[in-house]
Amino acid sequence: MPDVSIQDEAYNYAYLDEQTKRMIRRAILKAVAVPGYQVPFGGREMPLPYGWGTGGIQVTAAIIGRDDTLKVIDQGADDTTNAVSIRRFFAKVADVATTTRTEDATIIQTRHRVPETPLSEGQILVFQVPIPEPLRMLEPRETETRTLHALSEYGVMQVSLYESIARHGRIAKTYNYPVLVNGRYIMSPSPIPKFDNPKLDRNPALQLYGAGREKRIYAVPPYTPVKSLDFDDHPFEIETWKESCSLCGSSESFLDEMIVDDSGKRLFLCSDTDWCQDRQEKQRVDAAK
Amino acid sequence: MYVAVKGGETAIAHSLDLVADKRRGDRGIAEVSLDQIDQQLGLAVDRVMTEGSCYDRALAALAIKQARGDLIEAIFLLRAYRTTLPRFGDSEPLDTSRMVAERRISSTFKDVPGGQVLGPTYDYTHRLLDFSLAAAGERPAAPTAPADMAPSLPRVGDILEREGMLEPPPDAGGPAHDLTRQPLVMPAARPVRLQNLARGDEGFLLALGYSTQRGYGNNHPFVGEIRFGSVPVSFVPEELGFAIEIAEIDVTECDMVNQFAGSQDVPPQFTRGYGLAFGHAERKAMAMALVDRALRAEELSEAVASPAQDEEFVLAHSDNVEASGFVQHLKLPHYVDFQSELVVVRALRAEVEARNPDAALSQAAE
Amino acid sequence: MSSAQGSRDIAPGFANPPHESQQVFRCVLEAFAHPGRIVRVADTLEAPGGLCRATAAFLLTLADRDTPLWLAPEFDIPEIRDFVRFHAGAPIVGGRAEAVFAVLGHDQPLLFDDFAIGTDAYPDRSATLVIEVPALGAGPAHLWRGPGIDGHASVAMTGPDDGFWRDWTANNGLFPCGVDVVFAAGSHLLALPRGITVEG
Repeated sequence: MPDVSIQDEAYNYAYLDEQTKRMIRRAILKAVAVPGYQVPFGGREMPLPYGWGTGGIQVTAAIIGRDDTLKVIDQGADDTTNAVSIRRFFAKVADVATTTRTEDATIIQTRHRVPETPLSEGQILVFQVPIPEPLRMLEPRETETRTLHALSEYGVMQVSLYESIARHGRIAKTYNYPVLVNGRYIMSPSPIPKFDNPKLDRNPALQLYGAGREKRIYAVPPYTPVKSLDFDDHPFEIETWKESCSLCGSSESFLDEMIVDDSGKRLFLCSDTDWCQDRQEKQRVDAAK
Repeated sequence: MYVAVKGGETAIAHSLDLVADKRRGDRGIAEVSLDQIDQQLGLAVDRVMTEGSCYDRALAALAIKQARGDLIEAIFLLRAYRTTLPRFGDSEPLDTSRMVAERRISSTFKDVPGGQVLGPTYDYTHRLLDFSLAAAGERPAAPTAPADMAPSLPRVGDILEREGMLEPPPDAGGPAHDLTRQPLVMPAARPVRLQNLARGDEGFLLALGYSTQRGYGNNHPFVGEIRFGSVPVSFVPEELGFAIEIAEIDVTECDMVNQFAGSQDVPPQFTRGYGLAFGHAERKAMAMALVDRALRAEELSEAVASPAQDEEFVLAHSDNVEASGFVQHLKLPHYVDFQSELVVVRALRAEVEARNPDAALSQAAE
Repeated sequence: MSSAQGSRDIAPGFANPPHESQQVFRCVLEAFAHPGRIVRVADTLEAPGGLCRATAAFLLTLADRDTPLWLAPEFDIPEIRDFVRFHAGAPIVGGRAEAVFAVLGHDQPLLFDDFAIGTDAYPDRSATLVIEVPALGAGPAHLWRGPGIDGHASVAMTGPDDGFWRDWTANNGLFPCGVDVVFAAGSHLLALPRGITVEG
């Protein structure tokens, strides 16, 4: 039986073999050339389970190099177990520096959030995507949804949003809120809260989306218009809180709610741990002055 | 205070230690060896090789041991290893008529050339727990048949086919599409469907195959033949330019003979459903053959009305590694999305309560 | 320009394929993400038979046995064929329609004709053309607009004439179908994905 350290050396740089990387790289270039279109790719079995970020991991593995600095977040936090697990994987197989600081990262792999700190040109945001097809819950058949995208026939989505308004008086969709990319393709932004949707619009960073189980890659190039679907009389709006972060006092970030005692007492904290810590740090420095 | 998001690294490290410890169990009990798993849990090894798409008994046994006998986890381990292996090319198609069969039965004819060979099967065991297995002690070796001078058996399907009674197998020409390297594109050709089914979860295929027998897309199936035994694998190395035998593997093949089709111009003919599995796996091969035939509904101008006939439904959900991952990913934190839902549900409730305070009160009282 | 010493001499490829191809890919990705931006790739690569370094690096990074390659007549010479086949394993095809990648000069007529443009359902099944030009960043400039460009970009190069840009407008009109183009000169390249509108 080979021992663990010998086995690790037997794997390729960034885990994937070169042929697989080329295949994924070609798919990424097509995805960038046709923003919002889902490129089928020969997704591989990864050593992490499907549904746990295998698409994002394959995209990251195909682009990452020794000069990169990687940040991995899940639910906005660097310390959640799955983020730790994925960061550990790349630190091991790609010999890469990792960081929790958004502005220091060249590649940020994320599940369910876009960092609060604005991204800059040259950064790449890699999203883990469970269901890449925005129309899937309205039409389960791939042959049908593919035709709808080909024809830009998106009435079914408009109807679904309108039904929500008729029932609830508003669009009740709260996460994985569909967007229109560069006026052509309706795209799933992955299950980020709709709070994050405006950050996708004309972002200077490159957005890559990887769906491993469904074997699709798609992209939004820098500065590309990304519009959240809405109606003139029901414009898109994001979540707001009456509360602010208990640690940094932020009232403009996405807040997580925690139940802190049996009577149901709540505490609100920034979901983006790096952003929150950064603010606390600045407050300490200011206070010391 | 917010321990949930801190200390993930340590928690994972401890969890890995704990699961390794659980795997070993009581140190007072001898550790199971890979040879023991291979020899004594051989059908588990067969299933892991089949759904793991990798014929290697030792690796499958290792995966079973590492997964503590969780076969879907073992299949996942084997596949994740397989995906890192270099590819040298495609083998030549297996010729199962050259099989040295340990077992071979047909339910369509009382006797067939080469005879019915019952071989090792649980079919006629009485399902009584054998308490003698609980006690240590060797069993005598089974008597073996005299050496068969003509071990390979003609396929029942070939005999029917020569008469024109059974459709010929599809042409195997052209390069093989490989689902482990290329994405599944719908609609899928039959070879792609068969690869998907061969890798598919035995339980899922069993339930679907069963459903076709209960009216959800009736196939009217007969077991033309089931055979289990070893077949040679040939490969053409580019530098040689001719085929050489590189291995012998055990496979189970099921040729299901089904309802005939025909029209005014085409004479009626029986149709085929096909199943193949590594090792000895008759339930899998039969279920696969039933579902393969059901998925040919459109090709054979039958109504596509039942789940087993629905290509997208079957192919997209047959893979237990994909299914297991996605079902279990619900264990991952989803509190950001849930928070979004909380915000909107609270807002919606507030609106309803403002409009109709009594409704809210009566709901609270229930 | 290097000259072949013998018909069986093959120019060396990357010294360290995983890392060099990763670096080249990131440059190409930057070029696609920022159409018109000139990126520098593979300073040390020895390119065969008059091929420019950027083209050679692009092929070594992205071509393999799954990507049929079409070579325009001036590039269809033994040094280049051997280089591509030996290092990338890419099959060299005679028909444009089969090609996933193609290498062309800028002054050929009907530059885009007959290459795969994808289908409405699968626009990714299209060809990427590497077009060698004399110089990037100098010469006549055009205004580029589209995904990846903040407003507009002024992109200058020598080589392509008005006829080329008319053909490009037709290709752009096929969106989401159409070919993608990479312009290469020396060690530099820039990308022109199908969604980019070129004016002036």
